[in-house]
Amino acid sequence: MMRAGLVIAYILLAPVLGAFLDGLDRVVSARMQRRKGPSVLQPFYDLGKLFSKQLLAVNNVQLLLNLSYLVILMIAGSLLFAGADLLMILFILSTADMFLIMSASSDSSPYANMGAGREMIQVMAYEPLTLLLAVGFYLATGSFDVSVIMQQPKSAVFLMPGLLFGFMFVAAIKFRKSPFDLSTSHHAHQEMVMGITTEMSGANLAIINLGEYYEMVLMLGLFFLFFANKNWQSWIVAAVLCLVIFLLETLWDNVSARLKWKKVLYGCWTVTFVAGGVNLLILMLTH
Amino acid sequence: MLHYDASSCNGCDIEVLDCLTPKYDLERFGVINTGDPFQADMLLITGGVNSQTESVVKQLYSQMPEPKVVIAVGICACTGGVFKECYNIKGGIDTVIPVDVYVPGCAARPESIIDGVMKAIRILDEKRAAAIKDRR
Repeated sequence: MMRAGLVIAYILLAPVLGAFLDGLDRVVSARMQRRKGPSVLQPFYDLGKLFSKQLLAVNNVQLLLNLSYLVILMIAGSLLFAGADLLMILFILSTADMFLIMSASSDSSPYANMGAGREMIQVMAYEPLTLLLAVGFYLATGSFDVSVIMQQPKSAVFLMPGLLFGFMFVAAIKFRKSPFDLSTSHHAHQEMVMGITTEMSGANLAIINLGEYYEMVLMLGLFFLFFANKNWQSWIVAAVLCLVIFLLETLWDNVSARLKWKKVLYGCWTVTFVAGGVNLLILMLTH
Repeated sequence: MLHYDASSCNGCDIEVLDCLTPKYDLERFGVINTGDPFQADMLLITGGVNSQTESVVKQLYSQMPEPKVVIAVGICACTGGVFKECYNIKGGIDTVIPVDVYVPGCAARPESIIDGVMKAIRILDEKRAAAIKDRR
């Protein structure tokens, strides 16, 4: 019963929480740049505006692919909040990204196509760590099931600090933050117009934004897993730490410039194999 | 907001960029400068239209989804300015596409550009309300 409640809460509230976090990100970024920044509710106004705009569809398939991206992300997030298999969640998350890549490749804009190519490189960059993450949780807790991971006497972070660091590093890709915002960016500054979303407008773009909000909450849910254990007090601490991690990503976004794809790929793989690999090795030897 | 330089001397362009700096910060009204006409509601043009930029202005305008507004920034974009009589200049932006807000000045001050953008937002809201009414 509680699981069903959590899934319904995720489906209904994740876009609200995601849009609020996006607004917070914009305000905090502005303050870091000594600007006043927009209202925290600006992403809500933007979403409303996008749905009221004329739909300029460049082809027939893009809307369907974007909707698939949204729905598959909702499924992945729902599985997480239902306490299902972590491996399954991560695979479905990658599948959702494939639909985004197909959607960007379906139009004729060279910028969107280049964005799709770069998105694939980004998937290659973050995917190894997410797999190591699942294995790490298995070694630390004896199960891939999120519900079992949440019922441990001690938080997983004590056994997996390296994996947490690695995940924080590659999560910047998923949050579309500098230095890893190659394929598209939440900000207006992008050297190839808007990358994957170049030819998306109105409701089409709003669907992608909604998808990103679901993804944002899903990613924070994965961070939550590191800190939560069977005591309910740890859940509050975990939620606060998730917010801190999100704000750290904002800080990182503001102090770093966009990298070239080779540096992104090699940087992520190096961190994955050093921080993630060593952590995993120690877990294997001690458990 | 999409900014395009039709044939400006860059004076107004720099004032437009000035609006995005911490001192003026146009983003406090939720407006950001984008390079993508598909995602823009406002087309802000500096400089008068010449025979080479005419097709670009028309294309950018046609790629923006409705409802949309056009702001002409600087006296050249409003009327052609001192270049009005030049053989290659067609005149102000309104010789090519409909303009909603005129911001005169040489160069237009950031304060007046922000004022023009705010006026454009109001016109945009009216157009949106009218479009929703039409759909019903």
